[in-house]
Amino acid sequence: MQTDTVQLVFYLFSFLIIISAIYVVTLKNIFHSAIFLVLTLFGVAGIYILLHAEFLAAVQVLIYVGAVSVLMIFAIMLTTRLASREIKQSNEQVMAGIFICAGFLLASLGSFANTVWRVVDKPLPENNTLTLGQLLMNEYVLPFEVVSIVLLAALIGAIVLARKEGA
Amino acid sequence: MSEYLAVLVFLGVGIGMVLFTFFLARLIRPAHPYKAKNQSYESAEKPIGDAWVQFNNRFYIFALMFVVFDVEAVFLFPWAVAFGQLGLYALIEMVIFIAVLLFGLLYAWKKGVLKWV
Amino acid sequence: MTATEFAIISSIKVVVVVLAVLTGCAYATWLERKLVGHFQHRIGPNLAGPFGLLQPIADAIKLIFKEDIVPDNAERVTYALAPILMFIPAMLNFAVVPFGDTVTLFGHKIDMVVSDLNIGILFVFAVTSLGVYGIVLAGWSSGSKYSLLGGIRSSAQMISYEVAYGLSIMGVLVIAQTFSLNELVAQQASVWHWFIFRQPVGFVIYVICAIAETNRSPFDLPEAESELVAGYHTEYSSMRFAMFYIGEYANMISVSCVATTLFLGGWQGPFLPPVVWFVIKVIFFMSVYIWIRATLPRLRYDQLMYLGWKVLFPLALLNVMVTSLIVLL
Repeated sequence: MQTDTVQLVFYLFSFLIIISAIYVVTLKNIFHSAIFLVLTLFGVAGIYILLHAEFLAAVQVLIYVGAVSVLMIFAIMLTTRLASREIKQSNEQVMAGIFICAGFLLASLGSFANTVWRVVDKPLPENNTLTLGQLLMNEYVLPFEVVSIVLLAALIGAIVLARKEGA
Repeated sequence: MSEYLAVLVFLGVGIGMVLFTFFLARLIRPAHPYKAKNQSYESAEKPIGDAWVQFNNRFYIFALMFVVFDVEAVFLFPWAVAFGQLGLYALIEMVIFIAVLLFGLLYAWKKGVLKWV
Repeated sequence: MTATEFAIISSIKVVVVVLAVLTGCAYATWLERKLVGHFQHRIGPNLAGPFGLLQPIADAIKLIFKEDIVPDNAERVTYALAPILMFIPAMLNFAVVPFGDTVTLFGHKIDMVVSDLNIGILFVFAVTSLGVYGIVLAGWSSGSKYSLLGGIRSSAQMISYEVAYGLSIMGVLVIAQTFSLNELVAQQASVWHWFIFRQPVGFVIYVICAIAETNRSPFDLPEAESELVAGYHTEYSSMRFAMFYIGEYANMISVSCVATTLFLGGWQGPFLPPVVWFVIKVIFFMSVYIWIRATLPRLRYDQLMYLGWKVLFPLALLNVMVTSLIVLL
């Protein structure tokens, strides 16, 4: 595909991400915010595809769009008080938010400026999922196993909390 | 990369199709709304109370378990594809990974979370 | 192939596939009504055209002339968005399904697939996981108790079966070691290499989960008409209702297409052209779908959850482990 088409698609997705992200934080209805968050995460998947990270893009849709956001929407729907449309979300700590965001922006800009961007001149591996699987099983085996512990902790924690509430 | 562009075109054509049919239907269908017709359905009665009623929080636990096990499934995908080149070692690693999570499932089972009352 | 040629060929393929799927949806409704009719010793639709073949068209014309009722306490924008979100993911799966072998037309080699992604299977599951949004939004925006209950029940059911659904094909992936649907079909050249024979347990789990994912009987609790009226689309009428209806059938066909590609050898088959084989297999799978609907009673919600989490999910994991052990030996 030609570079200018890629660029066009990139700008399209970036535009989508930024606009929907702004809606996420400014909309008054929290359910609508959640829907725009889905759109934002979807746009990020598009960016991943442009970066040839196809597996990551699929996972982004599968996990973030298809699972985590559904969980959030469930949480919103199951909390009566939030779900009624009259209740608005409000942010009383706008100033603190601005400071944190500005700090984060500075930090990321700083790291952008200090990173040496290596340009790969070799062609990218055709099937990067395969490479990913091999890396996961050899080099990164410990983090991989730790992930299962983290997931287990999340699961047990959620069950304990939810049961206390329900009992 | 161009393969994904085709998917994008497919998405566009799909959305276009839907919007076109909606537009067409809008042109030819009748519209005579009145208050009683626009009430939400409740077995021919006037709806009582708000539609947003409190739900069983079990739905939430199931959603959470879904997220956890979906992440597990995602780790299985690259493993499955690379399995042929990896051999026994990879199988053992994956068995450990799954065993830890199965322990979570067993815990949920024992605590009666999986039981729907 | 130049970029312009590629663009033209791709666009033609997209339009052809979209139209074919829509026609397929229309005639899937005919097939279902006809088959269920015969299962129940009735005749089924037989008045519109020969064998009632014009019935889907009559239905479409009826629906398009119906008034579109938006309840006063529905949330208009989300309400309008939901049917589209139901339909689009159902549709998008057809972008990666290979319908036939490469053919040469007018001096161009044309693959019978809109786009052969090398993450094909992952794409299918990613898109399937989006299906839940149409239902959640419909349930939430309608402002009706039945819709909301139906929507949340339906989405909980879908996510409960999604994990086992994803795991059911993992055995196939361990054997085939590829995500590309084209390559999966290529590996099933002879009948004995069809994955249905190499992965019988995986196939059964896939079928059960697929029925649950598409909210079809016996897993049609979301629209259990005796208790929830019509579930999440209670308030919908006219073309918006039709979009849910088409979406349901598009989902069924897409699941059948994926099952054909993964387990039944895709378009492979002797004598007849590949596309014909593909259609035959899909129709066979659809008929099984309808047969199951005509035979089994609806499950209770606790039975549904029990089956999903305590039977299918551990079974699917066990299947993956056993398969990989066999592959290793």
